[in-house]
Amino acid sequence: MTRLSPSAKSIALHVGVVLLLLALNVLLPEYHRGVLARVLVLAVFAMGYNLAFGYTGLLSLGHAMFFAAGLYGAGLTVYHLEWSVWPAFATGLVAGTALALVVGFLALRTTGVAFMIVTLMFAQVFYLTTLYFTTYTRGEEGLVLPQAARVLAFPGGVLNLSDPSTRYLVALALFALVLAVTLFLARAPFGRSLVAIRENEERMRMLGYDVFANKLASVVLSGLVCAAAGAAYAVLFGYVGSGFAAIQYSILPLLWVLVGGAATTLGPLIGTLFMFYVIDTASSYTTAHLLVVGLVLIGVILFFPKGIAGTVRERWLPWLP
Amino acid sequence: MSENRKSLISSTSGLSRRTALKGLGAAASLVAAPGFVRYGQAQSSAPIRIGFQCHRTGIGAAYGRWYERVTTAAVKRINDAGGINGRPLEIVIEDDGTDPKRGAEVVEKFANQHKVDLVYGTLFSHVVVGSAPAAGELKIPYYVVSEGYHVASGKLNRYCVQPGITDVKAQVRSVAPWIASNLGKKVTLVYPDYAFGHDHRDFFEPAIKAQGGEVVAKVPIPPTESSFTRYFPQIPSDTDVIYHVMVGPAVLTFVKEMGEFFGSGGPQLFGFIDSLEAVDIASPGLGFLEGSHFWEGMPRYAQPDQPDYVTAYREAVGIDDNGASAKDAKDISTAAHMFGCWETLNVIKAAMEACDYKGVDDRAAMIEATEAMTDMEAGPDHPQGKKLFNGKIHQVFGEQNISQVAEGKLKVVHRTSIEDGAYEPEADYTTMSF
Repeated sequence: MTRLSPSAKSIALHVGVVLLLLALNVLLPEYHRGVLARVLVLAVFAMGYNLAFGYTGLLSLGHAMFFAAGLYGAGLTVYHLEWSVWPAFATGLVAGTALALVVGFLALRTTGVAFMIVTLMFAQVFYLTTLYFTTYTRGEEGLVLPQAARVLAFPGGVLNLSDPSTRYLVALALFALVLAVTLFLARAPFGRSLVAIRENEERMRMLGYDVFANKLASVVLSGLVCAAAGAAYAVLFGYVGSGFAAIQYSILPLLWVLVGGAATTLGPLIGTLFMFYVIDTASSYTTAHLLVVGLVLIGVILFFPKGIAGTVRERWLPWLP
Repeated sequence: MSENRKSLISSTSGLSRRTALKGLGAAASLVAAPGFVRYGQAQSSAPIRIGFQCHRTGIGAAYGRWYERVTTAAVKRINDAGGINGRPLEIVIEDDGTDPKRGAEVVEKFANQHKVDLVYGTLFSHVVVGSAPAAGELKIPYYVVSEGYHVASGKLNRYCVQPGITDVKAQVRSVAPWIASNLGKKVTLVYPDYAFGHDHRDFFEPAIKAQGGEVVAKVPIPPTESSFTRYFPQIPSDTDVIYHVMVGPAVLTFVKEMGEFFGSGGPQLFGFIDSLEAVDIASPGLGFLEGSHFWEGMPRYAQPDQPDYVTAYREAVGIDDNGASAKDAKDISTAAHMFGCWETLNVIKAAMEACDYKGVDDRAAMIEATEAMTDMEAGPDHPQGKKLFNGKIHQVFGEQNISQVAEGKLKVVHRTSIEDGAYEPEADYTTMSF
């Protein structure tokens, strides 16, 4: 048997993961299928965050605003303008991308701790804006998107996004697309230049790379992916609320990526899934579930210092992208 | 770096027996986790299982603690009396963390994993609204105890019902006539600048206008504020009444600073007890509230003329004459809201008996039985008072209490009528399909 090249191995692994997830649609008990649909969408959010944080080394504390921009872009147009899902979803993408362009342009003038603070401030402004326009957003209470409006029209028919199986498959399709893009980027010159910027920004500048433009492209792409997750969340799960713009949702993707493995393609999924089940299981037994979460995180840091996928790559599978 | 990596790979490559055993152990525990347990179908003699979506943690935890106590007491009473259709009632609790996303997940967990008959007990509006789509999609009855206008607005779905507590629109409309007649007609609203505050603003203004009064100023307070002194100069000097609905940890600061600003003079005060649920009225800094008035769904303090069934209810849920836990005088209850759990469970019982509920196939029949309800008499099942249920908007209407702070306690000075809070329905859930 001929040994597979690292490239073939990684493609086989990613195709295998997507096929496994596809099979889980029929294999998993109902509750866990529902959980996984939600996790897949949130994993897309984490993958978007990973592009900026993991690959480019931009530690943002404000990515909730990109997720929420997608969420509101899609949700408000469905709710108030009665748009169908396709244009609403596109609005979410445009909203997130435009916001990322503006925020990135301003925030990238800073680095390190200052970048964290500036992104945090922008996200807080976005969050308060969603509350300020409570007349349209219903603020923290949020809006329910009518079930009848959550259908995806195709030339040959419609897909009902509130159907559990359809929702799962749509979430998986989005996940698979973003996974493929991430995998492609990680191997493409653009992705490698982002990693190089993360490792030694000065050297990249000396070599003639436009560091600012590359970082801005990374933030915009990251914002686009996060907005796609937000827009998908709105139309798949039917709820839009300012809680998703709060600081908590800026911290969570950081946590998911750190746990799963920064700058790994599958780490965001692993981290999101892992954290969901830790909270889900622990909160069934104790109100001190956050204490359990804390202990588990300490354990992960001790035994998987580079996140789960990152440590697996370091110790066992060096070809893992 | 590459050498390090190489040495790590060579020293740890290959699966040792220990690693394999660890992996197998982890896989076994995952399979044994609650989610993978297959639950049998409920039998006719099996308990009726209610999923209680509880705010055990998060901002609603103080409410959640008392909602849980009242639920336990109400279930005990129902079971002691023979259960529902001869079947005992069993409560399955999941913590929603007072979070709308987690709320939706919890509803899915109740429906698909715990296989409960219905979901009940949510208080915070954002959790209700966040969970409602899941309840509608899973076609599982969702009986909330939230006092939000969300159910009555018609924006949720046919499976969402609020039969045990009145909504904010009715509450606000109920108190307006009394405020206009007794405190004054020129009102300044001080409210948090988000949905909860906006509801009060939007519902109170037309209600006070209908009484010949007017809102002379609106003072929205951003949710990030922790000091309020700079907002008080916005209150016009000709204000008769300050209507305040601040909530959250900052409320103590708010009241204290308002006292420092106005001193012993100043306008009359009218507030919603939501601000001070689970907070001792005799707390330091709240002395300024002496003589002011509050809305209360149900009185916190035992009233001298309360009926026997109210006394029995208070004893059953474990609160003393001051509305604190009978076991801990410092553990103040959320008396103005938590009765809703007791009453909602009794409505659930009545609806299940009316439709001869057998199992999940009768969920739609149960909703229809609830929709058919109208008058609910005051008594052991409805200790807060009589109610009128509107099946079209899935919302109950009832009497409200206006209480005055006297000697550090709340004394009921007026009880509004159901008609005071009535309004034209804006929706009709009964025309929606299941």
